[in-house]
Amino acid sequence: MKSIQELEQACQRGLEKINIRLNSVDEKHIDKSDEDKKHKEKNHVMVCGGTGCTSSGCQKIIGKLDEELKKHQLTEEIKVIKTGCFGLCEAGPIIITHPDGTFYSRVNPEDIEKIVENHLIEGNIVKDLLYKGAIKQDEIKPFHEVDFYKKQKRVALRNCGAIDPENIYEYIALDGYKALAKVLTEMTPEGVIDEMKRSGLRGRGGGGFPAGLKWDFTAKAKGDQKYVACNADEGDPGAFMDRSVLEGDPHAVIEAMAIAAYAVGSDMGYVYIRAEYPIAVSRLQIAIDQAREIGLLGKDILGTGFNFDLEIRLGAGAFVCGEETALINSIEGKRGMPRPRPPFPAHKGIWNKPTLLNNVETYANVPQIILKGADWFANMGTEKSKGTKVFALGGKINNTGLVEIAMGTTLKEVIYDIGGGIPNGKKFKAVQTGGPSGGCIPANYLETPIDYDNLISLGSMMGSGGMIVMDEDNCMVDIARFFLDFTVEESCGKCTPCREGTKRMLEILERIADGEGELSDLDKLQSMAKTIKSASLCGLGQTAPNPVLSTLHYFRHEYEAHVKDKKCPAGVCQALLQYMVIPELCKKCGICAKKCPTSCIDGVKGKEVYVIRQEDCVKCGACMAACPFKAIKKG
Amino acid sequence: MITLKINGLEVEAEEGSTILEAATKVGVKIPTFCHDPRLVPHGSCRICVVELEGGRNLPTACTTPVAEGMNIQTESKEVVETRREILDLILANHPLDCLTCEKSGRCTLQDLCFKYDVKETTHRGAKKCHPIDESNPFYYSDQNKCILCGKCVYVCSQLQGTNAIGFAERGFPTHIATPFNEGLAHSTCVSCGNCVSVCPVGALMPKSKEKFRYWETRTVRTTCSYCGVGCQMDLVVKENSVVGIDPVMAVPNDGLLCVKGKFAFNFINHPNRLKKPLVRKEGKLVEATWEEAYQVIADQINEIKTKDGADAIAGFSSARALTEENYLMQKLMRAVVGTNNVDHCARL
Amino acid sequence: MTNSIGEIIDADAIFITGSNTTESHPVIGAKVKQAINRGAKLIVADPREIELAKDADVFLQIKPGTSIALSNGMAHVILEEGIEDKEYIKANTEEFDKFAKKVKDYTPEKVAEICGVAAEDIRKAARIYGEASKASILYCMGITQHHNGTETVMSLSNLALMTGNLGKESTGLNPLRGQNNVQGACDMGALPNVLTGYQSVVNPEVIEKFEKAWNVKLSSKPGLTIPEAMHGASHGDIKMLYIFGENPMVSDPDTNHVRKALSKTFLVVQDIFLTETAELADVVLPAASFAEKEGTFVNTERRVQRVRKAVEAPGEAKPDWVILMELMNVLGYGKKYHNTEEIFNEIREVTPQYAGITYERIAEVGIQWPCPTEDHPGTKVLHVGKPARGAGLFKAVDYIPSSEENKEEYPYILTTGRNLYQYHTTTMTGKTDGINEKAGECYIEINPSLAEALNIKEGEIVKVTSPRGEIKTKARVSEIVGEKVVFIPFHYAEGANILTNGEELDQYVKIPGLKVTGVNIEKLA
Repeated sequence: MKSIQELEQACQRGLEKINIRLNSVDEKHIDKSDEDKKHKEKNHVMVCGGTGCTSSGCQKIIGKLDEELKKHQLTEEIKVIKTGCFGLCEAGPIIITHPDGTFYSRVNPEDIEKIVENHLIEGNIVKDLLYKGAIKQDEIKPFHEVDFYKKQKRVALRNCGAIDPENIYEYIALDGYKALAKVLTEMTPEGVIDEMKRSGLRGRGGGGFPAGLKWDFTAKAKGDQKYVACNADEGDPGAFMDRSVLEGDPHAVIEAMAIAAYAVGSDMGYVYIRAEYPIAVSRLQIAIDQAREIGLLGKDILGTGFNFDLEIRLGAGAFVCGEETALINSIEGKRGMPRPRPPFPAHKGIWNKPTLLNNVETYANVPQIILKGADWFANMGTEKSKGTKVFALGGKINNTGLVEIAMGTTLKEVIYDIGGGIPNGKKFKAVQTGGPSGGCIPANYLETPIDYDNLISLGSMMGSGGMIVMDEDNCMVDIARFFLDFTVEESCGKCTPCREGTKRMLEILERIADGEGELSDLDKLQSMAKTIKSASLCGLGQTAPNPVLSTLHYFRHEYEAHVKDKKCPAGVCQALLQYMVIPELCKKCGICAKKCPTSCIDGVKGKEVYVIRQEDCVKCGACMAACPFKAIKKG
Repeated sequence: MITLKINGLEVEAEEGSTILEAATKVGVKIPTFCHDPRLVPHGSCRICVVELEGGRNLPTACTTPVAEGMNIQTESKEVVETRREILDLILANHPLDCLTCEKSGRCTLQDLCFKYDVKETTHRGAKKCHPIDESNPFYYSDQNKCILCGKCVYVCSQLQGTNAIGFAERGFPTHIATPFNEGLAHSTCVSCGNCVSVCPVGALMPKSKEKFRYWETRTVRTTCSYCGVGCQMDLVVKENSVVGIDPVMAVPNDGLLCVKGKFAFNFINHPNRLKKPLVRKEGKLVEATWEEAYQVIADQINEIKTKDGADAIAGFSSARALTEENYLMQKLMRAVVGTNNVDHCARL
Repeated sequence: MTNSIGEIIDADAIFITGSNTTESHPVIGAKVKQAINRGAKLIVADPREIELAKDADVFLQIKPGTSIALSNGMAHVILEEGIEDKEYIKANTEEFDKFAKKVKDYTPEKVAEICGVAAEDIRKAARIYGEASKASILYCMGITQHHNGTETVMSLSNLALMTGNLGKESTGLNPLRGQNNVQGACDMGALPNVLTGYQSVVNPEVIEKFEKAWNVKLSSKPGLTIPEAMHGASHGDIKMLYIFGENPMVSDPDTNHVRKALSKTFLVVQDIFLTETAELADVVLPAASFAEKEGTFVNTERRVQRVRKAVEAPGEAKPDWVILMELMNVLGYGKKYHNTEEIFNEIREVTPQYAGITYERIAEVGIQWPCPTEDHPGTKVLHVGKPARGAGLFKAVDYIPSSEENKEEYPYILTTGRNLYQYHTTTMTGKTDGINEKAGECYIEINPSLAEALNIKEGEIVKVTSPRGEIKTKARVSEIVGEKVVFIPFHYAEGANILTNGEELDQYVKIPGLKVTGVNIEKLA
């Protein structure tokens, strides 16, 4: 591809091919009557090929689809496309058919025959396979009108599920590489940086540093060689937005990095990605190869004289390598340990050369900002947090998955309107944002509009966008312990406060959970948290105490219950639990005693009420689960 | 030049210098474990944190460059509390065996705990438990005492260029190890002891033949007696014995030594040293007085000079002796014996 | 050294040849590694694949004794590619044309054949050295201990001159001196042809000056070098040898010949231990070690540094200077010194290079000579602006193989050197158990292919012979040496120097060709 014209032609050709999908995805679609004449393709069947749906068996579904379509000789008319993630992972494997936008969820290979024969051949949608939110009183909604999608605003995820990520021409069809063409031909590097600054885009990896400013620093830094790097070392437990972008729309990141390289004066980029993301790695590699093959990476891109190439570096799974300086060390082949800042990577990054480092989601926004303009982007969101943010919804929530919302959407809207609320009629207790570095936000702040600053003022943070919902069955001491356990495991061990301090905090939490806590421990946690936050070397240590601090702040009473009353109100902390037979309900059947692995339930079948010997009980809960009369309680 | 305030005092510092350097220049002492001016600053130990007006956290003095108008407090309440907390944390994972620890008296951890009144740790919980690596003949590594300042690793990689040791595992179990934990004897270690010289605690210690306390010793600055590099070193002297050697942070060696300079000093106090002149009598070397020895030599010289001339006598001077002694040797041969037959082992 | 140790880390290219730097001068070895970390390019030319060879951009495993050919070959490439420093040559040198003509014959292909390396590597090395803006040459006994050692040094000097790598920081021609005060001993005129500060004994003005200073008559007949004196002793011309702080029974070539020589003379040995040499003496004088006296050593970068007394000498042992002074007094020369500072001040009076150096000035940091006056800071870099002799003299030199090569009975080339742990003849280092644990006994390094051909296994005792004698030593089978080359460290008594040749000396400075000895190796029955 040697020129802008060629790119435009490819876009046009590609658009014609995928037009069938567009009436349900994008406002821009070609007049249908013309289209029908040109193409005999009747349906596009989009099968989610993200990590979630891959593990729930999408590959088998695709195989089955191919088989069925071949059987009915429909391979010309009906195309099967393996896409990136649709977001609603909880409902996987997912199939969406175009042009009608029918949304099938939890599809089994056995269902395919029905979908092909009833729906694709006969035109009758298979209702009992539809996603439950896509059908209300016999009214069938296309996927983009279901609640889960309706309130979302997809910018970073716009192509995820819409295109075949392994086909560069599908990306080009949806204006791919047009932003790059635009900056190379119409904009100066300063102009690009200015546009980025005006957009208000802030780093989506957690820190929220203004991206345009970072670009500016790197552009102004002196150096014969500069690098552009992408942080795809997504490590927060439960967060997978970066993986989804790379699996569903890898070219968006490549294009953005090329734009960034042009802006800062670099010709070489690295994507640092975790080796635990094999699908993302392979799709990204395919995308890089394809871009290189048609000249969108390499020398003299689009005939403009601009050179840029990109290489993948695999991470070995250390959480701390998501910290930018540790990531740089790792790229250089050193142990992944953070370096002090300053100097910042913009001045001394990879091999001590000026380096621009953004994360995947940040980059994924860039081509749209260039194409649609900074104002379009800045129109979304709140005063200080522009655009959208992708969240990974998890925990006690109905619609587990990936959602992208405009900044300023409230926590409540995300959890209830999009996330579908708490399962099993349980009560909401808290939402944890920001992964292990974040904090827990209680119910009375649910109306808070989500943005960087609001979350920080609540003692939490945006982080990379993990959002874990907790209900009344979650013990907040246990939650704090869980997250701290993670950071203790993942501390690199370099600086004293993080290495030694988080471990001691964890030990205190463990003692509290074991009923051995003292009231003074709560003060000790507080004072240690302060030291660790203010004296640690990198962001990992500086934020590690957050889950403890926020739970101590909002749920101190739960801590006190553990310490003073030796009780776990949520009934989670094993050491503080007691299983007891309720004599009035006990039917003396003896089933509990039979199930008990330590034989610590005494009684005489049919004659005596059963009693649990507490000193021998291992609190496994087997008796409670086995009792047919709900005569065993815990507390 | 940049102007900043340290403890209320207006201070000038060079652009690009660190808070630590600026403070040291005006005599303000900031404690450090992991700092070494020869290494790329790495900010591991965090003991040098200071308070920076308007700063979010407590920056480390060793890594933070000075900036115009900075207002720094080096011993504020918060700084002291943080340092105490850090010391408390270190002590929680460190054997408190100062009574018998060989490093006692020269241990930075001991000194700082004394300075900040940290008597014992307030924490209880896990402690590291590593076997002591005694496989190297010159020094041992006791990881239980290591505070992970990292200086040994960086000196080995950045200055010595040997890369024998590195960090193993991560988080709380982090420790210094050789590749695959095979022990120093099976590593690329060249026993230079430069790691031992920088260890602030008793984790890397020379294997000493003699028991001594540092407060019983004095140091004497001198020049190494081995190769021609001329490394500057401090002899650690207890009574009349050299019990250790430390490198000096000056040209030409900038704080480095090699295995010979650091560890091969046993010859000084060795029992086999020559203690009396010996003169061969009836084929055997027997002890003699200095006068006797001198006389035997003088008689020989005079006799040969008369019989065969001064050029029948030759002297070999020594490339291991003092400059002054070499001067006297050639003067002896030339001015007193009367020959230019003087040479030394420069060629060998 | 023309330059200073500290400058090494800022060099753009470093050419190390005939120096196993990390073992013989470990701290300089560390500086070289620091330079590499900073991006310096490294060329290593050595018969052994030494530690630094692994860090080198080009490693040339040359046959022992072929350095002149290599230097000429590199010069050939530098001229062929036009990367010589034409301005420097024009302004600061002499006899360039003669040199250029000479090296024309040394094509990389021809040199490759002589040295046993690839022609392309010679080109690569030449380019690295020639193109660097600051290139430093570090060399050691692997360059000098040859029958043509002086010319070998000249061939390196040609390289420095033609690229203008002289007289600036981080460049130069830098011999790494093997002993703590070999520089000081040379400076002091412990040499048969010069007095202090390299003032020639054949210069009447010099003799007159010293006669006045010392108040005696002096001989202007140059004296004998060690190998010559040894010869004299074995032939009966030298009747008495006064040896101080040396152990020729181990360090000098052809031990059997040395033993014969020493046994024939009246031998005085002044040392700190009863060395192999002292055992043969008629009088042994016990001396103080470096830790037992005040004074100075001069290091390889010409830095005069202080030595200080830390402990008392054992028994009746005395500092060497006291012994020498008392002997002078007994012999009727009445001059008394109360301390070494008095001696040093006398040195300053007769030695222009030292005139400005005082004990007070070097109390903290040593000073590099020349330092003519007390307000002179000392000299980091020699030949700044112009070479000291006015114009740098190119020397057209040829590669001439040693007579030790190509002998049918002795088909392998033995080369000698040091290891990391021992120092010289082990007199001092051998007293530390750890050192002996690491390197307590003699060994011979043999290439695996040669070991296989001779059916020699690792650790096996083998017999090594030369026309001078034979030794039995332990085989270390290692690829560190080339196929026909073997290496024995010279530290150990009854070791390498039993085999070496004490006859074939460099014509200019009488250095023996210790680095090339024809030997045979036999498996013991």
